[in-house]
Amino acid sequence: MSETAEANETPPVEDERIKEMAGFRKAMIRPELGAICGTILVFVFFFLTARDSGMFGPAGILNWSVVSAQFAIIAVGACLLMIAGEFDLSVGSMIGFAGIVIALLSVSLGWPVWASIIAAFVICTGLGAVNGWLVIKTGLPSFIVTLATLFILRGLTIFAAIATTRKTIIGGVRDAAEGDWLAPIFAGKIFKGFFQWMGDHGWIETFSRGTREGMPVVEGVPMLIVWAIILVVFAHILLTKTRFGNWIFASGGDAQAARYAGVPVNKTKILMFMFTAFCATLFATLQVMEFGSAGADRGLLKEFEAIISVVIGGALLTGGYGSVVGAALGALVFGVVQQGLFFAGVESSLFRVFLGIILLLAVILNTYIRRMITGER
Amino acid sequence: MTEPIIQMKNIEKHFGLVIALSGVSLDVNPGECHCLLGDNGAGKSTFIKTMSGVHKPSKGEVYFKGKLMNFARPRDAIAAGIATVYQDLAMIPLMSVSRNFFMGNEPIKKIAGLPFFDHDHANEVTMAEMKKMGINLRGPDQAVGTLSGGERQTVAIARAVHFGAEVLILDEPTSALGVRQTANVLATVDRVRNQGVAVVFITHNVRHALAVGDRFTVLNRGKTLGTAVRGEVTPEELQDLMAGGQELAVLEGSLGGTV
Repeated sequence: MSETAEANETPPVEDERIKEMAGFRKAMIRPELGAICGTILVFVFFFLTARDSGMFGPAGILNWSVVSAQFAIIAVGACLLMIAGEFDLSVGSMIGFAGIVIALLSVSLGWPVWASIIAAFVICTGLGAVNGWLVIKTGLPSFIVTLATLFILRGLTIFAAIATTRKTIIGGVRDAAEGDWLAPIFAGKIFKGFFQWMGDHGWIETFSRGTREGMPVVEGVPMLIVWAIILVVFAHILLTKTRFGNWIFASGGDAQAARYAGVPVNKTKILMFMFTAFCATLFATLQVMEFGSAGADRGLLKEFEAIISVVIGGALLTGGYGSVVGAALGALVFGVVQQGLFFAGVESSLFRVFLGIILLLAVILNTYIRRMITGER
Repeated sequence: MTEPIIQMKNIEKHFGLVIALSGVSLDVNPGECHCLLGDNGAGKSTFIKTMSGVHKPSKGEVYFKGKLMNFARPRDAIAAGIATVYQDLAMIPLMSVSRNFFMGNEPIKKIAGLPFFDHDHANEVTMAEMKKMGINLRGPDQAVGTLSGGERQTVAIARAVHFGAEVLILDEPTSALGVRQTANVLATVDRVRNQGVAVVFITHNVRHALAVGDRFTVLNRGKTLGTAVRGEVTPEELQDLMAGGQELAVLEGSLGGTV
């Protein structure tokens, strides 16, 4: 009986021209694949060449993870914006500008540090909105509009710093931040007790001499890394698990088609410009709190570092495709290569050669992967 | 006689000094496929854009279910139940079928009070709808870029109907398609019409129009040249109306009646 029942069931109609995809292959084919390969490759390379240099000791890990986290913070903003189909070249200038705003308000004008930080976030996300509004209203490529903002903001930053303090570097933020309630979440380290405990047990190295004798070489996890992780998780969930994430993809994929389907494209794009500016300001705040000073020339070329990380991470320059996890891995590759060459004792000028080669390989691999996924020809 | 679901009365549209439409009237009944024919530049696109809320008519009235409508934006028309499927702008190729299907209408599921995209529901509905339309998907996450042009049109039509469109405007859905794909799209139009949806089918291909149309309205240089009912008109008559008569007769002579 059971046999006849089975025989009667018609098999589902298969299109003879669609090949079944093997499960493994399907799992592998994803936007981050290129970045995952790159990460593995880079780690293997440095593990073979720089293992003895302390690169993979606690202090070494801290070193490159801080640099990678810096890249990741600006890459996350650039990633979502690029998927929404736009660029922001003013990220670097925004970093310098936000830092000077915080320092000027808190040191020169004597505002409380928390108010200066909040003011910097409000002003800079506002400028991000202006960027977005200009791009939408004029219909010009964001490349040109934000290139203009790059120069305007950088010039204004240097002018403001010199006109008020006759210097391009404004110090004294650390003293001003003493006892402030907001500043600590942008500076310092967490899990100090845990690291001390690991040091006490001899699991990580401790200082054997001097005033810090007995303290672990790595005191804790810097807030910078914590922020980077928070941003990556937030942006990843926003992009893949929410309605707004679908709008980001749609706005970048084909703005007109998205509009016809009722997606508020302009709002989405402007919000993404604001988010990019937010990330730049966060970067600036973390830097100012760490150094205790702000410099008008900070953040130079950061926009390109952000874009490179995003592209290594598999995003499409023309928008509509990409992944936050990929961008974060791109930032990791970038950071590990930059610091790893130093550990490996390679002439530092060769860093750019390396970066260029990695960028090229990543883009070629990513293009191939994307064609397989999307059926582009 | 059923009440027309949408009535366009003496629509005029001027762009500066250019008169794109000079008094076009048309009505569509539920469950009817009304073909709008015309050569390039006849005003077909402008006309359907006034219907779908992209343009505001300079003069004339749009009645939807007997009520005078005044659409300010495409979203207003979509909300009322008038959906438009554009030839090239139906789908976003880089996005998955299920993300495309729910674009602008994303299902929401609350987790810890926060709204999240309900991917499970979206995937399930997409697979079911695609199966109904006879499209084999590898999975709901398959990118639209891997579908053929006809399949994309079909997905777009299924999407519009799924989200409650009562009037479906199809802007040249078959003009870039091969023979088999065209047949599939026309079959989809027929299926949708039988569900009671009013279809406005824009084309300049008389044979495609005659294959599915119940009524035919021909536009030429911004004017209506009359509406014909199925069975009362021959392909040759429609062709002549579209081209405006004489010139094509001369051309046809030299081409041996193949156009």
